[in-house]
Amino acid sequence: MPELLSVRGLRVDFVTDGGVAQVLDGINLDVGAGEVVGLVGESGCGKTTLARAILGILPAGAARIRGGEVRFKGDDLLRQDPAVVNARVRGRAITFIPQDPSTSFSPVFPVQTQIMDLMKWKSPRADDGGPRWPLRRYPGERYRADREAVLETLRAVQIPEPARALRRLPHEFSGGQRQRLMIAMALLPQPALIIADEPTTSLDVTIQAQILRLLRELVKARGVSVLFTTHDLGTAHEICDRVVVMYAGQEMEAAPAEAFFARPAHPYTRRLLASVPGPGGELRDIPGDVPSLVAPPPGCRFHPRCDDATPECRGERPALRALAPGHDVRCYHPVEKPIGA
Amino acid sequence: MNASGAPLLELVDLVRHFPVRDAFGRRTGWIRAVDGVSLAVDAGETVGLVGESGCGKSTLGKTVMGIHAPTAGDIRFAGREIGRLPPRERRAIARDLQYVYQDPGASLDPRWKVVHSLHEPLKIHTRLSRVERDREVRAILAAVGLPNAHLDLYPHELSGGQQRRVGLARILTLRPRMVILDEPTSGLDVSVQASVLKLFRGLQETFALTYVFISHDLAVVRAMCARIAVMYLGKLVEVGETAAVFEEPRHPYTRSLLAAVPRIGGRRVTLDFTLEGEPPNPRDVPSGCRFRTRCPLVQDVCAVEEPPLRVVDGRRVACHFA
Repeated sequence: MPELLSVRGLRVDFVTDGGVAQVLDGINLDVGAGEVVGLVGESGCGKTTLARAILGILPAGAARIRGGEVRFKGDDLLRQDPAVVNARVRGRAITFIPQDPSTSFSPVFPVQTQIMDLMKWKSPRADDGGPRWPLRRYPGERYRADREAVLETLRAVQIPEPARALRRLPHEFSGGQRQRLMIAMALLPQPALIIADEPTTSLDVTIQAQILRLLRELVKARGVSVLFTTHDLGTAHEICDRVVVMYAGQEMEAAPAEAFFARPAHPYTRRLLASVPGPGGELRDIPGDVPSLVAPPPGCRFHPRCDDATPECRGERPALRALAPGHDVRCYHPVEKPIGA
Repeated sequence: MNASGAPLLELVDLVRHFPVRDAFGRRTGWIRAVDGVSLAVDAGETVGLVGESGCGKSTLGKTVMGIHAPTAGDIRFAGREIGRLPPRERRAIARDLQYVYQDPGASLDPRWKVVHSLHEPLKIHTRLSRVERDREVRAILAAVGLPNAHLDLYPHELSGGQQRRVGLARILTLRPRMVILDEPTSGLDVSVQASVLKLFRGLQETFALTYVFISHDLAVVRAMCARIAVMYLGKLVEVGETAAVFEEPRHPYTRSLLAAVPRIGGRRVTLDFTLEGEPPNPRDVPSGCRFRTRCPLVQDVCAVEEPPLRVVDGRRVACHFA
């Protein structure tokens, strides 16, 4: 599959009061065209930092990109002119669905004002040139075409009575409806890639099921790729074609969804899957704590908590090992047998 | 029912309504957060209370705790009505009945050392001497798996998980009989969640605790609770043994709720999920059965007659067609 997005060896440091935290340590990640890729990991593993690095919205003061590349359709976004990335990529070719839709709308403007403001700059019909803010004009003809597209997309995300809904304020929508609006706004610029940052964590399980189904149907119909970060393995199982698991700033394993859940090869992946409460009430935690990123353990960062660790694991970080097509693991001692065997 | 007969906690038609007021302070309606709930909890058991946000499960827990006064109905704890006690007498009950918020660690005072936080409940509620208190505190700290050296640390010197353990220790110093856990694992990673749940189980055994486990996470409730009560818009719709309810849910709402839980390794549940819409506003509860606006089995009778909780197959279900 031709890769739409390809991250290679990305290193990002954060300057904190406690020292320099190595938040991303040589991350590799691929997203193919039309593919839904899950980025799974526990809090603090760096999945949100990776999503922000791809979008180019890392906090300017604290974050330092130390190396690596983020190739999108062949161009390295880290080395491109920021103005070009801003005009053509961010918010247009790559859009974003936030975790908490309630803080992503301004509470004082009707939804229409906010969506049309987005369309003024990021609509697929907008040209890249022209004067910048605040002199940008919004020609009436394009406005009407964009508004038509907005209404159609709101119908696609199943907002009842879209024309009336547009006149309402964000607080008049329920949490599930607001997340539907966010999905509509992410689809409207007709992007090639949507980065969804834990979009269903704040929703109830029945609403989550509705939203996941809707999102998957819409992106599959339009051929849009999705990078879906989540800490919930069940959600990843529901929506992803492929899953990448991260631990403490390193990617551990990448596999097609079916193989990821049936034949995980990395000890961390296996421990993570085993810690989901089972139907019989069995509980298996992972002993130990997530390491500090200021002074991370050398080599594979999971080795202090790993049952299979050997001196080798404390030296160099293991290289990528392909177990099957599309199934890569970074471990010296990958587990061969399927789960339950 | 346990051997001695009476349940430890018994709710009888418990109601808690909140008034809705307009800008001039005039009452324009009621939010019927808890609307006639009857439930018995035996000593030593763990009862799960599940439902979606806004169904009233937290209001129920807080009304039992005395944070909200009940609008009507009885709360009987250890055989005594506690919902309408005068504040002084009600405070004495707090020793036996404790409440754990989402993150018990967050309720520690950042300017107090751990030892100070753990002594405080004993100072307020008991007449133990300093030496006796100290012995008690050390025993509890060991029970939650922390070394004595942590007594002289401030909360910010502990990790989040350790803070959580100290918060739990603080609740346990009074040796309560019942603990209401309100969403104790929401927002936790699965591996941390597993160790927190293990801790709850161990403490229940050590201190002979009775838990009311409020959660929206059905996998967690299934792992922790022998009995489960499903709540929808202020009412219980199904109460029964957890295994039986998961095996064969009888209320259409329970069925939809269980159908929405992802099953890792199985078929994607979202492919078959059919429940439409969202729960109605608790200000404006539908007539008859509250679930009828979303129910796949809805008939004319559902709009007219509210189905009572009746016993079906050894469990209680509120549906005309269960």
